[in-house]
Amino acid sequence: MKKTGEVLMGKDPFEEIFMGNEAVVRAMIETGTKVIASYPGSPTPEIAAAILSIPEDQRPFYFEFSVNEKVATEVAFGAALNGNLSCAFFKSVGLNVALDSFVQLSLMNITGGMVVVLGDDPGANSSQNEQDNRNVYRMSRVTVLEPSSPKEAYEYYKHAAALAIKEQTVVVVRLTTHVCHARQKIKFSAYENPAPSRTNFSRANGPYIALTVMALDMKRKSIQKLKRAGQYIRQAGLNTEIKSNNSRNKGIITSGLTFLSLLDVFELSSYRPDILKLGAVNPLDPEVILAFLHSHKEILILEELDDILELQIKALAYDHGVKTKVIGKTEDEDFVGEYTPDKTRDKLSAVWPDMVIPSPASPALLFPVPPRPAQMCPGCGHRSAFFAIKKALEKEDVTVADIGCHTLGYMPPYEIGEVLLCMGASTGIASGLSLFNDKKRVVAFLGDSTFFHAGLPGLINTLFNHHNITLILMENGTTAMTGHQDHAGSVIPVENLLKGLGVESILSCDTYSQSKLTELVKTSMAVKGISVVIAKHPCMLKYSRQKRKQPGFVQTHVDIDPEICNQTHDCVERFGCPTFTRKPDGSVTTNLDLCIGDGSCRQTCPEKAIVFGKEAK
Amino acid sequence: MKPFNIHITGVGGQGIGLLSQALLRGIDHAGITAIAVDTHGLAQRGGIVISQIRCGDGVHSPLIMKNRADLVLGMEIHEALRGASLYLKKGGTLVFLDVSWQPLSVRLGQTPEITLENVETACQISGAKAIRVEIKTMDDARMQNMALLGAVSKNALIPGVTKVHFDAALEDLLSGDMLKKNRAVFDAWAV
Repeated sequence: MKKTGEVLMGKDPFEEIFMGNEAVVRAMIETGTKVIASYPGSPTPEIAAAILSIPEDQRPFYFEFSVNEKVATEVAFGAALNGNLSCAFFKSVGLNVALDSFVQLSLMNITGGMVVVLGDDPGANSSQNEQDNRNVYRMSRVTVLEPSSPKEAYEYYKHAAALAIKEQTVVVVRLTTHVCHARQKIKFSAYENPAPSRTNFSRANGPYIALTVMALDMKRKSIQKLKRAGQYIRQAGLNTEIKSNNSRNKGIITSGLTFLSLLDVFELSSYRPDILKLGAVNPLDPEVILAFLHSHKEILILEELDDILELQIKALAYDHGVKTKVIGKTEDEDFVGEYTPDKTRDKLSAVWPDMVIPSPASPALLFPVPPRPAQMCPGCGHRSAFFAIKKALEKEDVTVADIGCHTLGYMPPYEIGEVLLCMGASTGIASGLSLFNDKKRVVAFLGDSTFFHAGLPGLINTLFNHHNITLILMENGTTAMTGHQDHAGSVIPVENLLKGLGVESILSCDTYSQSKLTELVKTSMAVKGISVVIAKHPCMLKYSRQKRKQPGFVQTHVDIDPEICNQTHDCVERFGCPTFTRKPDGSVTTNLDLCIGDGSCRQTCPEKAIVFGKEAK
Repeated sequence: MKPFNIHITGVGGQGIGLLSQALLRGIDHAGITAIAVDTHGLAQRGGIVISQIRCGDGVHSPLIMKNRADLVLGMEIHEALRGASLYLKKGGTLVFLDVSWQPLSVRLGQTPEITLENVETACQISGAKAIRVEIKTMDDARMQNMALLGAVSKNALIPGVTKVHFDAALEDLLSGDMLKKNRAVFDAWAV
């Protein structure tokens, strides 16, 4: 078996099939990246998984899960001021959290160099939006490289590191979901020795205090740095022209995975425009772009999400009196969703109808297949919690959700959680909803990892401003949604923290004690001011995986006793564990592939028809 | 080699990741260039997992265009039909496990469950070849993926890729007891 950690640490050049996220880790090793910090979030958590596959004592760098993306950015920045090449990585919306620190970075003389790997999520596969972070990079004055494949992710990280070191600055590697998660065979270079750890911070390397007139001087320097970055990009040949012998005087400017979509569409095309592939999406190279504009009659700017390239290129064309027709986004839908090969083909067909050969008619969908929304796992403590909490709520009560597995409580049959913004927002939103509100009680939900990430200021605000809400802390002891990363709760028990903050009403129980939880929530909601219920149960996905690895493990399950069952259907319709399978005749059975034998469902059946299987006896 | 597209689909927790990696590495061991990608938004929470593999010449993005998959592998009957409807090309092959993990609306009694008959009728009408893999005898659900891999190998569904290549792939990915157990299932379904 090829162990990822061992392969990643290989000294000699090698070829291996790696995911984009894994390839980035090899680049970190080869470049001597010394400090790496992250907060988990899709599409980048496999970067952390690949790092953790290297035993801690063999890692040539320091790695931590920071408490949130802003702190991760700050840790990486601080380490780089000591002269270490550092890296922070996180997901698209993580940049919103990190932004206050991130926008300052280009003003700083980051002596060790710093790379930020950001995973944007076009298509919002696992995020609350599909924000285009390229909007932020101009304001932040940072260089941004955008690979189109795992192979390029590896190569571009190395370019980013080299440029960051050379200019003592920050460089972003912009990945997108399907670049992070694509797999291909890649040729890797040799890795020599671990970089030395440095502690040579000196304020003489600064200034590092951007205040008053200094902030403007520092901005002037950052403008110069970005210009020099442009020279590096040109020398490294990161923007490349792919010439066609039947372009019909047409050209396409594109970047990232959209470039590969375009090549697939070309396989179905009667002619092929020339392509200018931008490996660097900030700063743009005006000379290369102008030359491309001048040498074509029509140019299509093919970019996913927002019109960042388009607006800059059109401005450039205007300033230089370029007569070439420049086509960009024309429909609202051009701003929405990932530019898959299908979407790219449709766009090209609309712009140049004679270019793309029509696709074969699709076979009719003969049977409508019911959608499959995500849901909580079998045995999930949150399911027991929602089942119990629903009994404590009045119809008019307002429930506010937060980010995490418990967000899924908004789905039927629970329908708890009616508003959601982002990480840690629930207590603030709930506070606002509680104003002038004597009739409806307001309940906020928050997971434990999110509580530490961004939930604390909102909670402190409820105390400071005396808001009248109930907070239910869904404590499962891990960052479950993104793959069970550790969080601060392992060293700072949430209950101690709440007591220390001065929360007077703190109630707590295991969510499997469903009737007790119902009572606690009723009691808590009767309290005036902030009251907290800690609804705990360990993440059962994590727990059952650990259990399964133990010697002598026997998988237990529950059965429905058909003699006792009288088809009340509380198990399928109100408790809603995916383990229960409903037959056309109304009978219910358990799916043995899914049941983990936790038995949390047994208390939900009024007839007591759910019984443990024989192996549990 | 002509481009060959494989669309693999199922529900989070069924072991699609290992199946996809075994196929990708098998194709690579056969000396064929390939690129793959997983799409698994909230897969761990019982959502849909999709993995796509593209191999051969003139293949660029790892994402397959609609109705252009030569082969669709379904680990679950609802997802098999959904995957085939969206991605299978005319005359392509659908291999599916005869297993049902009911989606929410079926469990709530709002929509009927997809049946074996539905899938077979759909394939008949759209001119697709359907291969059903029956696994009622298997006690460890987490190795259902190996039964599907066995069926792919047995029916020689990927041009130029044979059992030796998948054997080598499994050796890359697993070791010890896990390798032994997975291989036993693979072998049983590959002959």
